[in-house]
Amino acid sequence: MTAADSLDHNSQMTSLRSAAKRKRSQAQFIRWLLLFTGGIAMVMPIIYMLSTSLKYPFEVYNLNLIPEEPTLDNYRYVLEDGRFFGWFTNSLVIATVTTLCNVLFDSLVGYVLCKYTFPGRYIVFIAILSTLMIPTEMLVIPWYLMSSAFGWLDTYWGIMFPGLMTAFGTFLMKQFFETVPDDFLEAARIDGLNELQIWWTVAMPLVRPALAALAIFVFLGNWTAFIWPLIVTNSQEMYTLPVGLTTFSVEAQVEWELIMTGAAISTIPTLIVFLIFQRYIIRGVVMAGLKG
Amino acid sequence: MTTVVLKNLVKAYGNTQVLHGIDLEIKSGEFVVLVGPSGCGKSTTLRMIAGLEEVTSGEIQIGGNLVNDLEPKDRDIAMVFQNYAIYPHMTVRKNIGFGLRTSKLSKTERDQRIDEVAAILELTNLLERKPNQLSGGQRQRVAMGRAMVRNPSAFLFDEPLSNLDAQLRTQMRLEIKKLHQRVGNTIIFVTHDQVEAMTMADRIVIMKDGVIQQVGTPLEVFYQPANTFVARFIGAPSMNMLNGEVGGEDLQLDNGTRMSVPLNKLSKGQKITVGLRPDDLLVKENEGLFSGKVSLVEPLGSDTLAYVDVNGTEVIAKASGRFPPAIGDRVNLHSAAENIHLFDSNTGEAIQ
Repeated sequence: MTAADSLDHNSQMTSLRSAAKRKRSQAQFIRWLLLFTGGIAMVMPIIYMLSTSLKYPFEVYNLNLIPEEPTLDNYRYVLEDGRFFGWFTNSLVIATVTTLCNVLFDSLVGYVLCKYTFPGRYIVFIAILSTLMIPTEMLVIPWYLMSSAFGWLDTYWGIMFPGLMTAFGTFLMKQFFETVPDDFLEAARIDGLNELQIWWTVAMPLVRPALAALAIFVFLGNWTAFIWPLIVTNSQEMYTLPVGLTTFSVEAQVEWELIMTGAAISTIPTLIVFLIFQRYIIRGVVMAGLKG
Repeated sequence: MTTVVLKNLVKAYGNTQVLHGIDLEIKSGEFVVLVGPSGCGKSTTLRMIAGLEEVTSGEIQIGGNLVNDLEPKDRDIAMVFQNYAIYPHMTVRKNIGFGLRTSKLSKTERDQRIDEVAAILELTNLLERKPNQLSGGQRQRVAMGRAMVRNPSAFLFDEPLSNLDAQLRTQMRLEIKKLHQRVGNTIIFVTHDQVEAMTMADRIVIMKDGVIQQVGTPLEVFYQPANTFVARFIGAPSMNMLNGEVGGEDLQLDNGTRMSVPLNKLSKGQKITVGLRPDDLLVKENEGLFSGKVSLVEPLGSDTLAYVDVNGTEVIAKASGRFPPAIGDRVNLHSAAENIHLFDSNTGEAIQ
């Protein structure tokens, strides 16, 4: 190869490299653009919610993001309204109890389905999974009939019972328990622990990320649940927060600024839960082999 | 300390039988190694002794008691697993003390026991660490500590060194042997590594396809293998096997070579297999059982392994490390008569 050939080859390589670099930057730009658009689409409603909560009623239908005359009167009104605190408490109790029950029952069932062999195990698992295919709207009528028959209408139990255990949670936990080596359980068995102790002392701490992820899913789901609490409750005292907020819409008008204020306050517990457990949620979803 | 007796132990999964009647008596304080290739049933046997697998038929006695239907915790055994099975969410102290949770010892007594075991295993400085802050060898020691702390009658080890690198494996081998010398408990150790078996065991149990092939001391199984499987499995490189037939005055090998061996226990026309360990088959200049052409050499320092083509059959022989033969050289291979192993070709059994 002559010196001229070598020079030619080098310049060709350089131009190829810069073309590849250009292509990479373009792809990067498109990726960022898509993410930015997605981010804006997700954040805008929240910003609007906050913005509206700071507006006077006359300004609600203006689409400006920054209120002309910002006010905290809406917050004062909502917080001073005794009903709001009651709805908040109802939601908190229901979401917390349901979350604890899910963490307990879903992990127990998931553990048994994963770590024990018994006749019909596969059928039970499929049966549980198949309930994921039934939309909530279809289940509402039987749930209502059940609640009515057992006298659970307008009670905490009536609101909570359909969600105390979920097929999704069971599946999530079962998937996670697959990652716990059987050696751990057998070692504990030899060390003299009974099966319940093994589950609680050995298996549960090893699936903490999944428990956290499950807790977040269940808490958020129950905190924002609307249809079932609306159907099963009659008195305003038993309303949950999302149901209670609808009382701000009356026949004549919808008080958007109050609804948005209530919604803004109601996001606080979910934000706290998410901030505490956020590092687990991604790991939990990834390890369960699900697309978040 | 305790004896472990297996009587006609059978294990089947559905219609598939994986253990075909294991009979074994392990003396109190003995270090027995179950060795064999993957799928031979050694781990299944160990797990049945531990109570982690149900017994299809037969008996397991530990310390003279029938334990077939006893829970693992009631068998007074401790087990060290291949993957250590130390809990990642607990400190070393909690891991070691885990087995004492169900004991009736006071906290002070428990702590004292943990400290003693940690001192023996040189883990005292690591007691407050989590497993992810430990090296592979340290984790292995924690696993051993957890087994030791309960002071069981018998220790069961299920391939505990498989995940360690070669150097650490050698070190841990020594530590386990020292541990046995110190505590004197009965140890049943499962491995697929014949070097581990040879170096650690009082007695070796060699298994294949769910059947015990031979039980003996390391030297017995090495020098008096019961059959061709044991002969090839024990020793590295594997024993050379040459098939042949007993002639009138000597042995006629299938590759056309003739060999002089003592024929007093053989009958003319009998098909036999000649076994020669590479260590016992020496490259010589003049004398030899047979000759061949060197196809490959592997220098090991003090010795050289020479791969020699003997009329189409490749055998491995030992040559001088300092003056190794060259590839293509024609060499004579010699073995002393007492180092020649003879096996019945039809049954594979040794001809004593």
